Amino acid sequence: MYDPASAIKGKQAVFEAHPENASVKALTDLATDAKYDRAELTITVARESIVAAAMAVQQAGYNFLEDVTAVDWYPSEPRFQITYHILSHSLKERIRLAVRLDGDAAALDSITSVWPSANFYEREVFDLFGVHFGGHPNLRRIMMPEDWNGHPLRKDYPVEGYR
Amino acid sequence: MTPPVEEITGPTAIDPGVDDVFANSARNRQNTPPQDQTMVINMGPQHPSTHGVLRLVVEIDGETVVSLAPDIGYLHTGIEKTCEAKFYQQVVPLTDRIDYLCPMTNNLAYCLAVEKLLGLEIPERAIYLRVLFNELTRIQSHLVWLGTHAMDIGALTVFLYCFREREELLRIFEAVAGQRMMTSYVRVGGLSLEPPRDIYEKIRTFLKGFPAHVDEYEGLLQTNPIWMNRLKGVGYLSPEDAIALGVTGPPLRASGVDFDVRRDMPYSGYEKFQFNVPASKVGDVWARYIVRMQEFRESVKICLQALDGLPEGNIVADAPKIILPNREQMKTQMESLIHHFKIVTEGFAVPAGEVCSSVEAPHGMMNYYVVSDGTAKPYRVHMRNPGFATLQALETMCKGRLLADVVAVIGSIDIVLGEIDR
Repeated sequence: MYDPASAIKGKQAVFEAHPENASVKALTDLATDAKYDRAELTITVARESIVAAAMAVQQAGYNFLEDVTAVDWYPSEPRFQITYHILSHSLKERIRLAVRLDGDAAALDSITSVWPSANFYEREVFDLFGVHFGGHPNLRRIMMPEDWNGHPLRKDYPVEGYR
Repeated sequence: MTPPVEEITGPTAIDPGVDDVFANSARNRQNTPPQDQTMVINMGPQHPSTHGVLRLVVEIDGETVVSLAPDIGYLHTGIEKTCEAKFYQQVVPLTDRIDYLCPMTNNLAYCLAVEKLLGLEIPERAIYLRVLFNELTRIQSHLVWLGTHAMDIGALTVFLYCFREREELLRIFEAVAGQRMMTSYVRVGGLSLEPPRDIYEKIRTFLKGFPAHVDEYEGLLQTNPIWMNRLKGVGYLSPEDAIALGVTGPPLRASGVDFDVRRDMPYSGYEKFQFNVPASKVGDVWARYIVRMQEFRESVKICLQALDGLPEGNIVADAPKIILPNREQMKTQMESLIHHFKIVTEGFAVPAGEVCSSVEAPHGMMNYYVVSDGTAKPYRVHMRNPGFATLQALETMCKGRLLADVVAVIGSIDIVLGEIDR
């Protein structure tokens, strides 16, 4: 069974435990927090530095963006966690980048300039969570109808919808 | 209850006209106005070649595709939202309905994620059976691909042959799981039922005859000049574009990027099996066809190894608070009855954390990202489905080609709208 004590938390502890990891080396300056839990590495970066962080891990060999999604931690703040899963075909490992956003400032820069495949994923997050991606070439709803009210995957949106 | 007014943001202000769908197309990126000689047509959502409800807005100049924009969401059912309202074990039947051509692969990806959150050890027998049925599911899904792909291009006979073999597989699934398509067979902690004893012989009979059937399909298609002309050199995708646009699975390997999750990041015991990963450097529709045809034979190899090495033992992990007791125990032992009652009424709590499990589905890489807050319901379930990303590469593959080639390219990326729209 899972032992919560096995998780390593905090930037310094994780970076000391995994000094050889390519993403750890690349993000030494940009990371604000880190977690190594269940053999998965999560590195948190600040909202302003997401594009720089994406470029840094791409340089470090993480060549494939798997997905961009979000978690709504309503009502706690910072409310949104934007999650990026990035895979390296050569290193055969995956890292998770996370950005935390406040509910009243749910906006960050788009990484479509680094990976064009982020296009649909960011549109999906915009549609279902209402997070704005600056610099996105085509930020419109993708799943829901254009005239839909609200963002269904937010936690304050009822499961059965508005009636 | 009415939605709060301030919720109405950006997208509502935009008029959803046909031109707007082009906002991201090649034409608009270059800011050039539509030219007089081009025409905009709708393919789908009710077009037979779009495999469901995919809508493509295609701008054509004569017969040549100038730009192409997929419009999706017609099958959006909000499965991710529904998952948040269910217990962990109740999510399994929902995952069947995401990619309905490979239900067992979806079940497996979700269960692997929850098992990772729980730190559960799965018995060897369950691992082998999971691999066996996953590979049978891959054969089944590829059979639908081949049949519909050939039918789109005009070879109707292959469709009938493929569905003949698929029927045998669905009968096997029905005997094992009780359902032909929505199997829900893989469960958190193991499998739902012990397969009937005579099923292994039936699977062996199927596997023995199947390579000859693949030869038969190849005999119908591979030397057929119409088939070759429609496929060769069509829909080229370079390895750089494939990576930049998020393409995975057979289309990625056909473009010369040799990556298979089963071999490179093994899950569910795949490291114990010997198999080749077919790949090609050509990158056209033909290469994707060849890669998938070879995968048929590799899957047969894996299935035979799983049958030969199948150990005895339990099909569920030893975790009475997570896995439902069998009927016999539930009716005779007080302890089991209590566990049964608690699992059904309250579910089981999962330690807080976030995990991502990745499997190689028939259509490409499928990831389940599950976030737990320590309760009995998942806080967030997100599926990274291969078709959603691959669709972004459609314009690159079709631009400058004939409209008829769009049909061949859609067939070659093997999309399932259930997984794209979720």
